[in-house]
Amino acid sequence: MLEVSGLECVRGERRLFAGVGFRLSGGEMLYLQGRNGCGKTSLLRILCGLSPVTDGEIRWRGELIGKLGEDYRQELCYLGHHNAIKEELTPLENLLASARLADEALVEGAALDALEMLGLAGREDLACRYLSQGQKRRVALARLVNERRALWVLDEPYVALDPAAIELVAGLIGAHLQRGGLTVLTTHQAVNITAGTVRELRLG
Amino acid sequence: MDKRLINWFKFASPQAFYPLAGRMMPWFWAAAAVFGIAGLYVGFLVAPTDAQQGEGYRIIFLHVPASWMSMFIYLVMAFWAGLGLAFNFRLSGMMATALAPTGALFAFLSLWTGALWGKPMWGAWWVWDARLTSELILLFLYVGFIALQSAIDDPRRADRAGAILALVGVVNVPIIYFSVKWWNTLHQGSSVSLTKSPSMAMIMLWGMLLCALACWMYAIAVALMRVRTIILERERHTEWVRIELSSKE
Amino acid sequence: MLKLVRAIISRDLRLAMRRRTDIVSALFFFIIVVSLFPLGVGPEPELLRKLAPGVLWVAALLATMLSLPRLFADDQRDGTLEQLALAPQPLGLIVLGKVLAHWLVSGLPLALLAPVLGLQFDLSNDALWVLACSLLIGTPALSGIGAIGAALTLGVRGGGVLLSLLVLPLYIPVLIFGAGAVDATVTGLGAQAHLSLLAALTLGGVFFAPWPTAAALRIALE
Repeated sequence: MLEVSGLECVRGERRLFAGVGFRLSGGEMLYLQGRNGCGKTSLLRILCGLSPVTDGEIRWRGELIGKLGEDYRQELCYLGHHNAIKEELTPLENLLASARLADEALVEGAALDALEMLGLAGREDLACRYLSQGQKRRVALARLVNERRALWVLDEPYVALDPAAIELVAGLIGAHLQRGGLTVLTTHQAVNITAGTVRELRLG
Repeated sequence: MDKRLINWFKFASPQAFYPLAGRMMPWFWAAAAVFGIAGLYVGFLVAPTDAQQGEGYRIIFLHVPASWMSMFIYLVMAFWAGLGLAFNFRLSGMMATALAPTGALFAFLSLWTGALWGKPMWGAWWVWDARLTSELILLFLYVGFIALQSAIDDPRRADRAGAILALVGVVNVPIIYFSVKWWNTLHQGSSVSLTKSPSMAMIMLWGMLLCALACWMYAIAVALMRVRTIILERERHTEWVRIELSSKE
Repeated sequence: MLKLVRAIISRDLRLAMRRRTDIVSALFFFIIVVSLFPLGVGPEPELLRKLAPGVLWVAALLATMLSLPRLFADDQRDGTLEQLALAPQPLGLIVLGKVLAHWLVSGLPLALLAPVLGLQFDLSNDALWVLACSLLIGTPALSGIGAIGAALTLGVRGGGVLLSLLVLPLYIPVLIFGAGAVDATVTGLGAQAHLSLLAALTLGGVFFAPWPTAAALRIALE
């Protein structure tokens, strides 16, 4: 479903990588590895279509992602370095707002369940600025509970999480793969996902 | 047809354009000098003294071409910028960047000579005439473009952001011009119109045209010069620039 | 599509309500700038009546400039902007929502406050009424055009000052027709023509500006 070939990334005057290619089909996960600064985040941003493709091509269901545009973004869920949550809003408001902006139907009950699942019960109505780093990350990851889009692109999802939360997120990704979804993931933690097929790609 | 297209794309690459620009530059400099001398000769020696304005009017031989150029260069700049944005030609962005300072210079010259002309004509260095005001706003637009491009470190982003600004500016220039004109007609008391020029002698028109051509040639030559510098600066990590520079030493 | 615009507006309004100090500060900036002018030029009612339209409008432009840098900067800092750019709808629509929300918290309060300040300048009732109308009609254009500048200077060194440099020249037509409407009322010419042109500018500003803004945002995100 996702085919990448001959991908190149140039940042400023430095070429970060070139000739990167892989194929990923339903139920498979790509585990992207490499030292700091080797271009993992850049690769993910190119995959999402945020950064332009300078050389090489990315195809989704056989079509170039640049051509697909909104049809591609419809099936894409990206979780970046930043949590994309608003400090002034509560976890519940954040979750509902991000679902509405992504044009997903999410009822309040489901959102509350998702927050509870990530151990944020009792914090739903507290402005996010009072939460710890790990808790903010959990709010961001709560999106994944009800996320049914086919391709998940996750940039360091485990950062700031405790082992229990990592276990939980790994379970979410596993369930996604079992449903036939795709995942591209970077992390410096060990990957303990048992469901689906895990492919590895090392940059640099 | 096909062949011509390929030729165009060939020169769209900075590497191919660099030597071409180098070969064209002397010709444009020479043409600028020739037209400039001819224009000044006509302007100072051939054209008669104006009955009402005396010798002071001769500044229009620089003032009018500078105003024309400042407006035209903005259009050309926006054209290159739009081309670069649409087709991702690197050279187009460089052209737009190279043109901006020249355009700003002409806008400034136009204002400066306008002030010099205005003092003997109306007894004031500055009047809020619609054309002068528009020219001032045009200068602001140039300054904004240059400031935006120099504030962005990544040249690719600078090109593209500048292009959007130039295109927005081009859409706005007529709106600004007409609103200033409207404003000017409502506040008529405080200004004198430049437009009511008596039928101009043919020879004056010729002098002005020659000077305009000189400005054209100068603008092209200096833009080529600047674009060559930009090419070298941006491509300094490539092999051909290294060879080019080492062969000069 | 309308749902998306509504979602953006309601989110941004909620955020603005959680940090009301920003709105209030911009309003007080407006009040202070306007009040400085009589102190600078003297209190003759005749002179103040003449100056009022220009002073109030220029102060409104400057007050709008204050809130523009944050239009996209907060969203960029916390990663929300990336999510908006990846939403399966045109980014221009999202920008439209943000522009409307910006107007609701910056332009609208200015328009409502301006007649009160106009009293300081001894404006007639008619002129006060036209002043409020002109600001009501014209300030959406300020938010729209300003969004282009905010997107172009996003994350750029010295962004705030640069933003003013880019945007203020583009505000000139709005200033001319806005202040002109009030001026025409003061001199008894009638403000109809000015207000119509102002409305045209606003329609253009609000519905066309989001697209170059969206393009500029994508460039800033690369």
